[in-house]
Amino acid sequence: MFLDYILQLSFLIFEFDYEKNMKKNTKIIGNRQMMARKALFQEEIRNFDTGIFIDLGELAIFTGKVIKQFFQPPFEHKELIKQGFLIGNKSLSLVSVTGFIMGLVLTMQMNPILSNFGAQTLLPGVIAIAMVRELGPVITGLICAGKISSGIGAEIAAMTVTEQIDAMEVSGTRPLGFVVSTRVLASTITVPILVIFADAFSFLGAYLAINVFSDMSSTLFINNAFGMLSFKDLIPATVKTFFFGFFIGLIGCYKGYNANRGTESVGYAANSAVVASSLTIFVIDLIFVLITNIL
Amino acid sequence: MEKEEVIVVKHLYKAFLDKVILNGIDLKLHRGENLGIMGKSGIGKSVLAKCIVRLIEPDSGEITVLGKNVLACNDAELDEIRKKVGYLFQGGALYDSMSVRENLLFPIRRTQFIDKKHDSQELVERSLASVGLLDVIDKMPSELSGGMRKRVALARTLILRPEIILYDEPTTGLDAVTSGEISELIIKIREEYNTASIIITHDVKCAKIATDRIGIMKDGVFMAEGTYNELIHSDEKEIRDYFI
Repeated sequence: MFLDYILQLSFLIFEFDYEKNMKKNTKIIGNRQMMARKALFQEEIRNFDTGIFIDLGELAIFTGKVIKQFFQPPFEHKELIKQGFLIGNKSLSLVSVTGFIMGLVLTMQMNPILSNFGAQTLLPGVIAIAMVRELGPVITGLICAGKISSGIGAEIAAMTVTEQIDAMEVSGTRPLGFVVSTRVLASTITVPILVIFADAFSFLGAYLAINVFSDMSSTLFINNAFGMLSFKDLIPATVKTFFFGFFIGLIGCYKGYNANRGTESVGYAANSAVVASSLTIFVIDLIFVLITNIL
Repeated sequence: MEKEEVIVVKHLYKAFLDKVILNGIDLKLHRGENLGIMGKSGIGKSVLAKCIVRLIEPDSGEITVLGKNVLACNDAELDEIRKKVGYLFQGGALYDSMSVRENLLFPIRRTQFIDKKHDSQELVERSLASVGLLDVIDKMPSELSGGMRKRVALARTLILRPEIILYDEPTTGLDAVTSGEISELIIKIREEYNTASIIITHDVKCAKIATDRIGIMKDGVFMAEGTYNELIHSDEKEIRDYFI
């Protein structure tokens, strides 16, 4: 219904001359005419770069189906653990190194500024808040968009191209439950864990950087860092990482699942998954900042 | 008495944008029958097979499989029908990340298929034995040849005990000897499992060995129908040309 609405709306906006197109296929009658018209609308609408509306509608339907699969047996525990391990293992080192460097660089950048005000003791707290509230989740999210979403997109697109998804579909085995929901759930669980690692390594980087400029004990560093953090900082930051994980997995799966038949569609699915999930991370981040500010 | 019709397709239409692929095609498949479908590449043979199991949604028409209107089914009903209709894809479509054993166990586990006489492992072994490939049970699909992949895919199709099998170009890309073996296997499977089959093929030898009746598709409909012998002795050169 949503798709129909979008199609009708797009038709009105762009005054699509479907009569001209329909003349090409004079044999089509009745119901088939409607179907052909819908297909022609879709093609034309995509050509007008408004495919984003269709994509959003289809993504919403896809999301509904995936969420439904979370609660439908048989539950794929083994596949979930396998995917969780693969996703986490694939990104852990990169996320940790990035977090460490972020902590190091941020401290080196902030130290002279805070020194001017004689507020060097605030440095661990400032770094902690910056990393936990914003940088940790967003940087990790972007890394995961690049690694996880593209990986999932390419893998599922390859399965689509080689008809493995069709083979599951046609034997009544519901690929959405086995292939998609496990990956989405694994990503939803794994990304927050990766964010914790990124934060922890950024603290380590910050501690090392502080000790390059001055001398601070680890106890004092931890006290200063965690003394400035409150649940108001932790809870929204943690909640949004679950959303990051969910959408990173979902968009990767969606792009892969809807890949075309050619081999070039594998690359396209991976590429578009990265772009879409990176953008989604920023949108979710913005929404959470707005909500947090209101509360 | 005429045999039971397991698939009935009436006035099926399918167009992709402005290109009409199926133009009101009709088809009947009887229990225990092997129907071959021949025709030029891109004529819509695979589209027809995919419409039957609703991998592709037709624009209009009627499809009845085992007495049920496929186009009116909800997801659960469709799954039930699909379990009774096996589909052998052109490339085998084995799941790359799973071993041969896991490939065969997968549909059993996911569909919660129950066989009172045999447990899952026995079913896997029996299916593989029926295609003569019991020794590859723990190999990965990447370790198999093209012919082996097709036979394993056929074993996976057989594991849910389908009443109908749709073969999408089962011998394409295989050498003459392996093609012959696959064609013989199709006949063996019909005898062993009492299946009805639609065999989409370009392979004249396969059509000769494995089919009871052949339909030749052109312009979205069947232009000719008959047994192999009837068609190769047809008065029309165009029909005879398909068997050269």
